[in-house]
Amino acid sequence: MIIGITLVSFLVMQLAPGDPGSVAADLNPKVSPEMIQKMRAHYGLDQPVYIQYFTWLKKLAVLDFGKSFQPDGGAVLDKVAKALPVTLVMNVIGLFVVLLLAIPIGVAAARWQNGVFDRTSTILVFLGFAAPSFWLGLMAMMYFGVYLGWLPISGISSYGAETWPWWQRVGDWAIHLTLPITIGIIGSLAGMSRYMRTTMLETIRQDYITTARAKGCGEFRVLTRHALANALLPVITILGLSLPGLIGGSVIMESMFAIPGMGKLFYDGVMMRDYPLIMGILTLGAVLTLLGNLLADIGYALVDPRIRYA
Amino acid sequence: MYCGTVQLMKRILTNPLVLAGLILTSILGLLALFAPWVAPYSPAEINLIDQLLPPSTMHLLGTDSLGRDVFSRMVYGARVSLLVGFVAVGIATLVGVVCGAFAGFYGGWVDRLLMRFVDVMLAFPAFFLILAVIAFLDPSIINIMVVIGLTSWMGTARLVRAEFLRLKTLDYVAAARLAGTTDINIMLRHLLPNALAPVLVTATLGIAGAVLVESGLSFLGIGVQPPTPSWGNILLEGKANIEIAWWLSLFPGLAILLAVLGFNLLGEGLRDALDPRLR
Repeated sequence: MIIGITLVSFLVMQLAPGDPGSVAADLNPKVSPEMIQKMRAHYGLDQPVYIQYFTWLKKLAVLDFGKSFQPDGGAVLDKVAKALPVTLVMNVIGLFVVLLLAIPIGVAAARWQNGVFDRTSTILVFLGFAAPSFWLGLMAMMYFGVYLGWLPISGISSYGAETWPWWQRVGDWAIHLTLPITIGIIGSLAGMSRYMRTTMLETIRQDYITTARAKGCGEFRVLTRHALANALLPVITILGLSLPGLIGGSVIMESMFAIPGMGKLFYDGVMMRDYPLIMGILTLGAVLTLLGNLLADIGYALVDPRIRYA
Repeated sequence: MYCGTVQLMKRILTNPLVLAGLILTSILGLLALFAPWVAPYSPAEINLIDQLLPPSTMHLLGTDSLGRDVFSRMVYGARVSLLVGFVAVGIATLVGVVCGAFAGFYGGWVDRLLMRFVDVMLAFPAFFLILAVIAFLDPSIINIMVVIGLTSWMGTARLVRAEFLRLKTLDYVAAARLAGTTDINIMLRHLLPNALAPVLVTATLGIAGAVLVESGLSFLGIGVQPPTPSWGNILLEGKANIEIAWWLSLFPGLAILLAVLGFNLLGEGLRDALDPRLR
């Protein structure tokens, strides 16, 4: 599986018509062919493709993603290590908010199926699915950032914030991240509440719910203890599966709000034709996804006693 | 099957979701088709005196920073978005059906190999993959369509495989095989028609996804390149003029929303109508 991932990442890079040498030549026509040759040798680009692949793979095994092609020559791993926490924190907060809102919405919509609340939330869900996040972001920037001037529209901290006390810095981050997180979760919020509604609808038709009602259980207890406990199980899998989408979605949000996370790092890397950076992030993103799925499986087994480790 | 065609059409066409979706998508489709007659101005007509005019009776949705009529550009942009959506989904469906059909029909190592490949492709954050490939190739419309298509076929492949696995054990397939029908013919004439409904639903929803991805790419500046108008690159210009020209940001986004909404409604409605089990 991981071998397959590295192969695909590597093949994507081979599609590229230009390399850093030719970028330099485009920028500066005085670069001599010998210089380009030297540069290609420096980065190992003069070797046959399969040797390049195995060299890269060998380093990968010890988590060495190589050095970025950018002038600062920083190691890819360092760059990722700086960007990853930002994206992770944003997504974890986002997921938390999504679950906090989507579960009650889905349960209520299923309990009063075809009622006013169900219909309104269904319409909102369809709109949430269809609205492009970058457009919502733009609208929010315009209204809250430009028109009302309440929230900052780019970056994650104010100028000179490094010298502030920590509580002021956290507050500063919070107001910078409010817009991107809010806008970023709208799609998953729509998906998750729709999903909750469907599984709840299935669950409350089961016999054991009828039994619970028949023995005189209160409606709230039936919904939470009996129905929700079962309906929540598949959500764990969905959370694991939504990981690549979240990481992918961060590209637009982060480059739009100028947030130095994985998405922006990747976008900048793509713009600079920074092969090691792109290959590294692409591979890491896929491996992270696998890890997420694995965690979801383990979590599922922990929560659901019916599943045994074979 | 055939005697039920009329009833099936009736069930599809009376589904409220399908109707709403059809209305939205056909309005957009007609606008795109008749763009030269609908658009009051040429989408490329530059008029430096009329820069960034707000919406008025002269320019229904205002003008952009080069004085081009936004309404006309959006009508032509509909052409680009719908074309990309349809062709990308066509590619994805073709690849997905072929891959899923072979995996499901032959089983064994063919199945294992193909499905492992599907797993690998699914592990990549799709937008990262698309971004990487597009940025390396020229961001031409053809490349965008191909790349979106080649990164979104996995769902279809899994669906078709599952259907084929179920169908190929049925008696009529054994009968067809006894009659000497070739594998290809069994797949094309006996199995595929019965697996078509979920493929159609996935494809319809896929168009919505492709429209979103294309506009996202264009918004990042690596999708459809100006002067060719696309909803995404008009939005990009809206971002540059965010403090003065709200109409550049509002309207193209609404257009994307309506297009995606239309195809999503259509897809969900088709699912309801074609597969009564899911209700």
